[in-house]
Amino acid sequence: MLGFGNFEAWISATDGTRMAPYAIELTGINKSFGPVHANKNINLAVQKGTIHGIIGENGAGKSTLMSILYGFYQADSGQIEVDGKPVTINTPNDAIAMGIGMVHQHFMLVENFTVLENVMLGAEGAQLISGSITKARKELKRLEEEYALQVDTDAIIEELPVGLQQRVEILKALYRGAEILILDEPTGVLTPAEADHLFRILEQLKEQGKTIVLITHKLREIMAVTDNVSVMRQGEMVATRKTSETSVEELAELMVGRHVLLRVEKGEAKPGAVKLSVENLTVKDGRGVVMVDNVSFDVRAGEIVGIAGVAGNGQSQMIEAIAGIRRAETGRVLLDGEPIGVTGEADPFMLRKRGMAHVPEDRHHMGLVLQFEENENSILGYHGDAEYVNGPMLDIDGIRSDARDKIEKYDIRPPNCRLKTANFSGGNQQKIVLAREMEQDPTVLIVGQPTRGVDVGAIEFIHKRIIEMRDAGKAVLLISVELDEIRSLSDRILVMFAGRVVGERGPDATEGELGLLMAGVEGEPTREAAE
Amino acid sequence: MAAPYAKLPAWVDYGLIPLINVTVAFLVAGLVVLLVGENPVRAAQLLVQGAFGSGDGIGYTLFYATNFIFTGLCMAVAFHCSLFNIGGEGQAYVGGLGVAIVCLAFDSVFPWWINLPLATIMAALTGALWALIPAWLQATRGSHVVITTIMFNFIAASLMVYLLVGPLKPVGSMAPETRTFAEGAQLPRLDWMLEMFGLTIRSAPLNITFLLALAAAFGVWVLIWRTRLGYEIRTMGFSPTAARYAGINQTKVIVIAMMVSGAMAGMMALNPVMGDQTRLQMNFVAGAGFVGIAVALMGRSHPAGIIPAAILFGMLYQGGAELSFEMPTISRDMIVIIQGLVILFAGALEHMFRPTIARMFHMAGGGTLKPTPQPGE
Repeated sequence: MLGFGNFEAWISATDGTRMAPYAIELTGINKSFGPVHANKNINLAVQKGTIHGIIGENGAGKSTLMSILYGFYQADSGQIEVDGKPVTINTPNDAIAMGIGMVHQHFMLVENFTVLENVMLGAEGAQLISGSITKARKELKRLEEEYALQVDTDAIIEELPVGLQQRVEILKALYRGAEILILDEPTGVLTPAEADHLFRILEQLKEQGKTIVLITHKLREIMAVTDNVSVMRQGEMVATRKTSETSVEELAELMVGRHVLLRVEKGEAKPGAVKLSVENLTVKDGRGVVMVDNVSFDVRAGEIVGIAGVAGNGQSQMIEAIAGIRRAETGRVLLDGEPIGVTGEADPFMLRKRGMAHVPEDRHHMGLVLQFEENENSILGYHGDAEYVNGPMLDIDGIRSDARDKIEKYDIRPPNCRLKTANFSGGNQQKIVLAREMEQDPTVLIVGQPTRGVDVGAIEFIHKRIIEMRDAGKAVLLISVELDEIRSLSDRILVMFAGRVVGERGPDATEGELGLLMAGVEGEPTREAAE
Repeated sequence: MAAPYAKLPAWVDYGLIPLINVTVAFLVAGLVVLLVGENPVRAAQLLVQGAFGSGDGIGYTLFYATNFIFTGLCMAVAFHCSLFNIGGEGQAYVGGLGVAIVCLAFDSVFPWWINLPLATIMAALTGALWALIPAWLQATRGSHVVITTIMFNFIAASLMVYLLVGPLKPVGSMAPETRTFAEGAQLPRLDWMLEMFGLTIRSAPLNITFLLALAAAFGVWVLIWRTRLGYEIRTMGFSPTAARYAGINQTKVIVIAMMVSGAMAGMMALNPVMGDQTRLQMNFVAGAGFVGIAVALMGRSHPAGIIPAAILFGMLYQGGAELSFEMPTISRDMIVIIQGLVILFAGALEHMFRPTIARMFHMAGGGTLKPTPQPGE
């Protein structure tokens, strides 16, 4: 049990000097779902007024543990102490009464209510709400000022960007008197800038004496904001460290249980002929707003072109237009020298036949049908190919044996092609999509957010595959909001801001340099403007 | 955050849980019988006796089940495309027109075995065409099929009344119905099939359409799970964005799914029109289109579930008729209440007992159990 002794030592070291009891102390927590032991004898101590990170891969038991603390589940055994007092938490209401607040990964907000109405919801206090509205408004104002959490009180939730919606969730918890705030994967839906802002808010809350538990599987976040970090693996708490005394490498190894490469090694690119050419592409979104504004670039065989940019700057619309899912307003896209008709007849089905593979950004809604069996998803988009059909009939045996081959080749776990896709973890779901798109031997591979919501162990595998595709002479277009990923994979980096390509850099560009371009600060004349 | 649903073995999911639901529905129905002052045990006996106690009882039960298999399949095909085709009633009604046209034209020309395929094609075609406009509006304009198909039920009813009191009515007749078809448009009964089991049939109208219904059920299974079209229908039903990503023509898939659905409903008309009454009568569908909704829900939109569910509802129809005959205090409406309870427990409250059963299995230590990982944990 890696590092467990270290944990004990750390406990006793801090024991003597600590002033106040722990904000939260969990001792010997066990929880099973059927034969799955989701939490095994978990000990966790969170000091008051600190930010404590809990890190672990998908399915390591982090969410289960926090659900126990918040009263969604009851532990099979073990003890919970809040502020030094043993407590039993049977429902979320018990947790709220003890000053524990939770911000869920998927927001629990009523989309068409205002901010104020959402904050009040469930804490109205009386049958008639007119009186409590005034009171709530005053209280909300006070909280906003005290914690510098400005939001327009009367804005409708669905009209707010996600970053602000999350702020409403935090306000909701504070309104209910939370002293201990649990945040479950809070940055999953945020842009890097919004995430940074969130971290500043968390720092501020800490200064005000709040205790924060941050659940995440992103190592960078842990290093950036936490004071202490606990690592979970397969239902066990494997180590607790002071953040200042650990490193990304050590945490990654503790999480996965083996050594992982955080940055894959790759050789020189050998760019060949232009395979994908985007010329003066302009795309509008559903509301008619121009999202991609006159963008031009080429991708050559044997190179990876990375598109960096804060989410929402037109990358999604751009790859959807190139892949034939969304109509472009003007411009041309050439695949292997032939126009594909992005403004009119482009059709994903035909494009696949012509050698364009597409790993979409949103694998849950686009790349996969979660209710399907694994083998059914392994043909999505290729389901009309001669390989998989006999006339109007599907060749079920062929499809399944093909799926089994891919499962073996891509190490998809569990190796069962009849299992429902929703029952695979995020990393394995992504491998299903990658296997499908890469094994078609495409000319051009478009990859959107290849490692979003994917475990550290699987990230390494996915990155290696993408580089293998490049080395096999494919033209790879990579879109990611993870700057690290763009920098470690790309041979050329294009930065998108407000729908335009504002700069091109080599793979050695610094994070700061790219960050400024992404923020639109250091724009330079784009290629088409210079012409 | 929902409690994790444990995965249960298939026999529990598809066998035990529906059985418990139906049992509870009958227990509650028993309370209703008790309220009107009758003996529920005796009532249940009469019901089952009426449905399965004689050759004729079984004949009638399967005759009604034939209708429900077709309308259940109609709903199921649409459900797989995530469409709620509530217009089975109207599509079946208009399907009757297709059957009648063939029968009136050829009943003295061809024998039944030529007329049956012709009538089947026409019934499917008219039913499908009746679904075409709502399907087209849904696919291209986003007009919800629930609304448009309900409207088309009313249009179908008015159209058929017009035809049956006008053009289709024989001169001099007072009844709103066509003339009786000649022998060439009368389908053979399946008396021989029940006689193999030593049962005798005197009057039950069970006919060859029952076998056609079973064939249609198999056909729907093949269509949905074994063809490219079925794959596209299911992709569309689960995730329209994934369908768009895969390059599936959404308009085409919606229209085809609705037309197949309408064709299934249309074929239901063969059973009463050609197999029983041998003439087209007003309101011959008699609510079977709506019962199909319950049948498809209970059968989980799977042909293997739809057939037993249809037989269950056939039993309620036939046994219920016998029951109200034997126990006059239990009126036809009471039977409707019992059917409603079955729908309530088997359809709407389908998951009521599921967590309890899952927990019991968990405690029994069923080795196949495992919690479904929550997406994005």
